[in-house]
Amino acid sequence: MNVEFLNTLASVVANATPLVIASIGETITERAGVINLSLNGSLIVTAMAGFIAARVISFGVDVDAIDMIASAEAGLIGGVLVAMLVGALVALIIALSSIELRLDQVTVGFILTLLMADLAQFLGQEYTRIPGPVVPKWPVPLLQDLPLLGPVFFQQNVLVYLSYILVIGLWFWLFRTRPGMAHRAIGERPEAAYARGTNVNRLRYVYVVLGGALVGVAGAAYSLHFKPGLSNPPAMQGDGWIALAIVIFGGWHPFRVVLGAWLFAALRAVSSDIQKNGLSVLGQTIEFNFVLLNGLPWLMLIVTLLLVSSGAIERLLLLLPGPVQRRMRSVLRSDPPRAIGTTFEVD
Amino acid sequence: MRNLNSGPGRLAFVLLPVLLSLLLAALLVLAVGREPQEVLQKIWQGAFRNTRSFAGVLNFWIPLTLASVGLYVTFRAGLWNIGIEGQILAGAIFASAGALTFDFPPEFAPLQLLLQILLGILGGMVWAGITGALKIWLGVNEIFGGMALNALAGVWGIYLISGPWYPEGGSAQQSRPFLENALYPPLSREWPVGLLAIAMTAVAMVLVPLVMARTRWGLQLKATGSNPRSALLLGVPTSRVAMSAFLVCGALAGIAGSYRVMFTYGSFRPLVAGGIGFLGLLVVLLSTMKPLWIPLIAFVFSAILAGSTRLRVSLQLDSSLAGVLQGTLVLVFILFQGLRQRLEARRGDQAGDASQASASSQSGLTG
Repeated sequence: MNVEFLNTLASVVANATPLVIASIGETITERAGVINLSLNGSLIVTAMAGFIAARVISFGVDVDAIDMIASAEAGLIGGVLVAMLVGALVALIIALSSIELRLDQVTVGFILTLLMADLAQFLGQEYTRIPGPVVPKWPVPLLQDLPLLGPVFFQQNVLVYLSYILVIGLWFWLFRTRPGMAHRAIGERPEAAYARGTNVNRLRYVYVVLGGALVGVAGAAYSLHFKPGLSNPPAMQGDGWIALAIVIFGGWHPFRVVLGAWLFAALRAVSSDIQKNGLSVLGQTIEFNFVLLNGLPWLMLIVTLLLVSSGAIERLLLLLPGPVQRRMRSVLRSDPPRAIGTTFEVD
Repeated sequence: MRNLNSGPGRLAFVLLPVLLSLLLAALLVLAVGREPQEVLQKIWQGAFRNTRSFAGVLNFWIPLTLASVGLYVTFRAGLWNIGIEGQILAGAIFASAGALTFDFPPEFAPLQLLLQILLGILGGMVWAGITGALKIWLGVNEIFGGMALNALAGVWGIYLISGPWYPEGGSAQQSRPFLENALYPPLSREWPVGLLAIAMTAVAMVLVPLVMARTRWGLQLKATGSNPRSALLLGVPTSRVAMSAFLVCGALAGIAGSYRVMFTYGSFRPLVAGGIGFLGLLVVLLSTMKPLWIPLIAFVFSAILAGSTRLRVSLQLDSSLAGVLQGTLVLVFILFQGLRQRLEARRGDQAGDASQASASSQSGLTG
């Protein structure tokens, strides 16, 4: 396997990271029966908040300053924490309005997604296109020397490693622990969970706020590493909608969600490579307007959702041998958590 | 608080959100070191300083009202037509294709105008039809299908001005300007606004609610929106009804898009929809599905929008303040609506019989 190909794979894994973190956060939220539709706006506003916090901590309030007054690490940690707080607050609005006020989650989430994008543009105007601290690379000792896996997965930065931990951690939590079972239950059959003594609404608060905080980490991951700084229009415009679609494509299962995120990042890598180097098939150069390639992720979004709704993914299950079929059932399902979008009321 | 349902109680739940959102916006303006009073004054001047600026407000009001009336139809059918933004853009693209192709002699100029508007309608309907087909027959949620189609229309627009419609010797920011017979004629020099478009908007805002209230189609549409399963059992062709809602909305969005290119800009630009479709969703949410309010709310929003376009020049402030103000208003309003309904429900419980009272105390513990 040549080095260039491994580098490409490594950059796919890296560039998928904010999508992975955001869609894992949303999976946590939706598994609890609540949909946080504000993802696109949340990512934009948390990217703004995280960047400004990191910039102010490291460089001070003067936007022209080039001398650091504190270490980059302090700024980065502060930035991620502030972004988490903002993401959690936005999610809290959705939780409150859904649980206490019985408002439609889609309505509130949609208003928030617009409002947060505008808010980010308004508050971030002084801080666009200025440099700030950037999360450095940190190869994992020992693991980085593994053949193939090392260069692809373990010569990245802390945020990328965090995304691995989140994926595996959430899988373990949901399918291997008792509280994880309760987590799934409040999204599937809240009445039954309540009957078994689970405090449905309190847990929903916890998971919605936690999911929102992770969306904040994803937002900060953009402005502090993958698309450093702030720009207008925001560099990750539209990614929140793609992350929401990845959760559906991923069947609310962490492993399939991460696969979906990598797939999108791979498609982007391919199309940006074509934009840079041109496209040739069998030695024949193919000429077309490369602007059209920007439509590919959105076409793929429609196609992936079609795959899910047509039941094609579930039909894959039938091709597998019996014992594997049973084990893969939770990975290949396409039904949303049954109580998603509904409010739970004891009566 | 005594009487939430009528009179002063209800008024408070409308006025408080307005005041609260103005207060929040004022705090934001203070946070970036400007005077709220000065900003408000500039927005007011930007909208109403003379007839030309007032016409500028109307030039936002026309497409915003058209889009909102269309969205009223889809909302009533129980659909979240987030794809409206792409439908406006598709309408603009189709109308622009007409404008860049045809050059009728002066005596047939009205015919060309009509043809372009029809093309715009067609464009909006095609885009809405794809979203509808994906939703109704292929099971792709209209929120995601619509969002993807918005982005695809945007990519198509950028492709057009960087390729087929690339202006000779120009920059790839917009197509070449349309010829005069491809544009809506302005009312006058003092009132640069398309009278024909105002007339179409007025017809739409009266006719659509009327048709919704008085016809079998309107009834079927509302039945589909409130409970699709029981509507189907009652013999309503829910798929066809939902599709018709998409198409009506797409047609109105198409007119809106055609107006943006055939009057506001006089050429095609990729950002021609400019968030007007999304804003329309907020307008309808704020109207609480009372169609009479739609043109009024759209007017206030248009004034804020038109008034804040000059904030960047006059105060070096980002015009996104308009969106912040509008978004906050709708959010706070919806939250107050929820609060009012909860308070009413609680009072209803207290007035109810013993079993209901015990249920409410139980939910008070958990909720």
